[in-house]
Amino acid sequence: MKKYIKISFLILISLNAYSEIWEIQPNDSSQDEIQEALILAESGDTIFLKEGIYDLEHGLSLDVADVTIKGSGMDKTILNFSNQKTGAQGLIITSDNVVLKDFAVENAKGDAIKSKGVENISFLRIRTEWTNGPDSKNGAYGLYPVESIGVLIDECVAIGASDAGVYVGQSEQIIVRNTRAEFNVAGIEIENSYDADVYNNIATNNTGGILIFDLPNLPKQGGKNVRVFQNKSFKNNTENFAPEGNIVGEVPKGTGLIIMANRNVEVFENEFHDNETVHIAVVAGDLESGDDAYDPYPQKVKIYNNNYSNVGSDPDSSRGDLGEILVDIAGSEMPDILWDGLLPISQLIFGQPEDEKLVIKENEKTKFLSLDVFWYIAFPYFHSSERDKNLYNGSIEKLPAIKEWF
Amino acid sequence: MVLKKLFIVLIIFFNAITFAVNDEAILSSKPEKKLSEYGLFEDLIKQIPSAGVFPYILHSTLFSDYADKERFVYVPKGKKAKFIPNEVYDFPVGSVLVKTFSYPEALNGGKKLLETRLLLNQESGWKAHTYLWNEDQTEAFLKVTGFTYKSMQVKRNGELLSINYRVPNQNQCKECHLKNNEIMPIGPKSRNLNFSIEYKDKKANQISYWLENEMVENHIPLDLIVDWSDVSAPIEARARAYLDINCGHCHMPSGSADTTGLYLQLTETDNMKLGIFKKPVAAGRASGDLKYSIVPGKPDESIMLNRMKSLDPGEMMPESGRTTTHVEGISIVNDWIISLK
Repeated sequence: MKKYIKISFLILISLNAYSEIWEIQPNDSSQDEIQEALILAESGDTIFLKEGIYDLEHGLSLDVADVTIKGSGMDKTILNFSNQKTGAQGLIITSDNVVLKDFAVENAKGDAIKSKGVENISFLRIRTEWTNGPDSKNGAYGLYPVESIGVLIDECVAIGASDAGVYVGQSEQIIVRNTRAEFNVAGIEIENSYDADVYNNIATNNTGGILIFDLPNLPKQGGKNVRVFQNKSFKNNTENFAPEGNIVGEVPKGTGLIIMANRNVEVFENEFHDNETVHIAVVAGDLESGDDAYDPYPQKVKIYNNNYSNVGSDPDSSRGDLGEILVDIAGSEMPDILWDGLLPISQLIFGQPEDEKLVIKENEKTKFLSLDVFWYIAFPYFHSSERDKNLYNGSIEKLPAIKEWF
Repeated sequence: MVLKKLFIVLIIFFNAITFAVNDEAILSSKPEKKLSEYGLFEDLIKQIPSAGVFPYILHSTLFSDYADKERFVYVPKGKKAKFIPNEVYDFPVGSVLVKTFSYPEALNGGKKLLETRLLLNQESGWKAHTYLWNEDQTEAFLKVTGFTYKSMQVKRNGELLSINYRVPNQNQCKECHLKNNEIMPIGPKSRNLNFSIEYKDKKANQISYWLENEMVENHIPLDLIVDWSDVSAPIEARARAYLDINCGHCHMPSGSADTTGLYLQLTETDNMKLGIFKKPVAAGRASGDLKYSIVPGKPDESIMLNRMKSLDPGEMMPESGRTTTHVEGISIVNDWIISLK
């Protein structure tokens, strides 16, 4: 036994001896130096980008597993892509077990940082920003893990994305926490993903604060098991600046949280205030997607113990159908929580299964509205919107926390 | 003793002449610094291949900023590639695919070699390396970080173009060549080779020639993909052939762009997956304020064409491999979209 311990100790030492630190500082050949380190690095290595501004013309990429890229701080080590000539991202990661920490990516022509098809990716104290503020010419996504399993986004800052500041797509085992998303169209978006905890974040000055979406016609869909808790989503009143054609282009400004076509979503202990349209919207996805495998109706959404104040002071009916219908039905009394009331036709007639129903447990002051959109459009005579949230008093079975894999 | 040494030297010398290709270098975990080390060329500068290395031509080709390309294939003696329907041949370990990029000199009509890319099939899978030609055009050297040839003057369609030709870095090779997380060749599929070309000794169908030279195991005759530049072919076939070789290696299930759900390989039959009335997923501003990838009959409302026309790195497609617009390709896809109903 004693011998065994000794041997394993030796192995640890030797592993350490082989891991290298690549130190790079800003200079005229930074582009090649960083990219060369990213290609020649071996597992266990760290690439250290010293303090300063790195002016880069070409997107960077890492495809070596178990590598850490670190800077001296999100306001000290800055990868500046203002003059980017090639590459659809600032930085793309395609290898497993990569840690990115303490640097910023500014003004990428496309997305800022993408990871694709990886296991275990960590973004720690990373800032992605378009420094000119909201602009439809900005890149789409700030922090953009897609098709990844094991995603940690912690203490990051995402500013100015023309789609989503933080966008986790077609991924699993996700934690987004302690992060600030500001002046994006969508602050934080979890899309077509399974098993996510989104907590202790701040989403403000976006068009929509937090989006939990599921879209059709994609390799991975059926988004589920998402907990959104202890976040602050407020003053998300920036005019929608997304280029048309993108799904977030339909988000009305002044929205705190939208849940679209997901299953098992738990929303609790969040603070919503000063969103000019609505704090929470629960809505169906595309009903005419042509995708038989796509279920557009949200199910098992549980909303409880949140704090709401000051909603709907200037509702936006200019984007998408939802805002328009909402303003028409709600009149002067905008709700904190909104459900479009859409269900499959069979369920509209025979009722929705009890365990799939929306559940709301909030204090007396909380205002709710079910729009009953189907009858509103199809046959207004039968239309009856509903403001009594006590009808949605089903049971809450708590989802398990995402296991910290890092 | 002396005799023995002389004998060994003679054997090495003899080997060097008969089997010029350096099989050891091909299988080595560390790539050679110089292209000549692989022994793939009898005359490196004139790009005359060694014995056992054969030129090949694809019927429908990828656009790379109007560069000319010469392709060569090497299969080690005694081994054979396997035919797989609709896929690239399954080449044996030790095989090499070579692609040399060049521009005709705009002034004197000579040839300027830019880079030679190698795909080496090793035990652990295919490896991609790029060799950059020196100023004197006497040797090409390994380059992992990429390189830009600034303002290359290239004459195309009677017009003088100034092109900032970009040699990809090692990771960018993988962007296109990745399938199921492994590097794979893209071009040498049976359907892209099934026609005759001029060899040193004769004119022959490439697949027959490969069979004759015992490079491939078997042959199942297949169709020949349309050459997208063939104006006599139907527009749909030309457009699908163009999209297949230019986009289909990323835009396919398990390719680099599979997250988009837009699939453009030749075998795709689902209209939605091909982009017809398909909404963008993560295009961002590359949507150009348009709603669908393809709107039948309306190329100006189709995101696909918009991205093919763009030169902005945040919008353009393909993401890498071009810095100019491909006028002919755009025109083919444009006409195809017009023809759709």
